[in-house]
Amino acid sequence: MKRGQTPSQTVGPFFAYGLVPEQYNYSFTSIADGQMVDDTTEGQRIRILGHVYDGAGDLVPDAIIEIWQANSHGRYNHPADSRKDNLLDPDFKGFGRMGTGTTPDNRFVFDTIKPGSVDGAQAPHLNVVVLMRGILLHAYTRIYFSDEGEANAADAVLSSVPDERRETLIARRDVELPGRVYRFDIHMQGDRETVFFDV
Amino acid sequence: MSANRDWDSQPPFIHPDYKSTQLRGPTKPLVPIAQSLSELTGPVYGHDTLGDLDADLTRNARVNGEPLGERIIVAGRVVDEDDRPIPHTLVEIWQCNAAGRYVHEVDQHEAPLDPNFLGAGRCVTDENGRYEFRSIKPGAYPWRNHHNAWRPNHIHLSLFGASFVSRLVTQLYFPGDPLFEFDPIFNGVPEGARDRMVAQFDLGLTEPEFALGYNFDIVLRGPRATPMED
Ligand SMILES: [Fe+3]
Repeated sequence: MKRGQTPSQTVGPFFAYGLVPEQYNYSFTSIADGQMVDDTTEGQRIRILGHVYDGAGDLVPDAIIEIWQANSHGRYNHPADSRKDNLLDPDFKGFGRMGTGTTPDNRFVFDTIKPGSVDGAQAPHLNVVVLMRGILLHAYTRIYFSDEGEANAADAVLSSVPDERRETLIARRDVELPGRVYRFDIHMQGDRETVFFDV
Repeated sequence: MSANRDWDSQPPFIHPDYKSTQLRGPTKPLVPIAQSLSELTGPVYGHDTLGDLDADLTRNARVNGEPLGERIIVAGRVVDEDDRPIPHTLVEIWQCNAAGRYVHEVDQHEAPLDPNFLGAGRCVTDENGRYEFRSIKPGAYPWRNHHNAWRPNHIHLSLFGASFVSRLVTQLYFPGDPLFEFDPIFNGVPEGARDRMVAQFDLGLTEPEFALGYNFDIVLRGPRATPMED
């Protein structure tokens, strides 16, 4: 029997105490937050810092961003990724989630590690889901890295994006800040509208 | 491989009756990409993620008594489009209380908070894809989309399913709600698919002297009919 997909609905403005309660100081446990690594995680520490803008150029204070990524060996912590030549880092889940409502400038921050290339062909990237009040279904995008020029040039997904829009998928290293920080803003509309994928 | 979003079932990004979509929905066409391991894997959260009372919202935030309102049991199966169960997958829910008020501090609706009700919960499906929550029937609440705008009673749900592409955030509605025809969020979905968001009253799930039962199956994107090459 073929069954129709359950339709998507907006996450609404009140997701915080259900999806990211600890970040917003509600008395319920969070399954994930912006801190994706601990002392034992293998790989190079990076921080992703960004904002979400609407079509008027205003900050979106009630968005929630989710990250799904491979570990430093390019392996996903999931049964469908059974490649033995890429090592598993069992304590690294690879999932992060953060709302934009807890800082004055409505930013999201993920502390994680730079993922390895998934299959030798794909450039290192983070898979992103964008949810917010005001969209009825989530948007998929990816975060690539500005210091992976060669790998980015060979990446099939980046290559399928029109030249003039490719920059919207590339996080820029910010050398002014301590640590290894990349900036990645998400624009829902406008000249710099982020590329969203039909996956 | 996973099936694409079915645009006869899914809402558009911009639905003008839901005003906020006009500045927040992407305007450029989505860029299609082939599915790789990046899309066909996803976060795995199992039973070890759960606290004892996480699936029982009538008990998980008690301070000095029972939460107010009509107790309900919401249960069903999480399946793919071929009706195959999605076992061991996380289901997260959140909702307002019986008076239509969310605990969230941004909710300024002048309805009372319930000191014994938070409205957040989670559970994991069993090996047959079944899940079950106990809760309080959420009230209707006003919002500022248009004059005299009220949301039908609903529970928000979030699921991962088998991979990143089966991710779903939706809302469960209750049968016969008089607010359906006025709600731009409900009506943002193509007409033929709206009833899939409405739970069914189920006397079999109802527990005598305790709570009314509602059945709600959730259908996530399933296998692609024709596999696409990487
Ligand atoms: Fe709601």
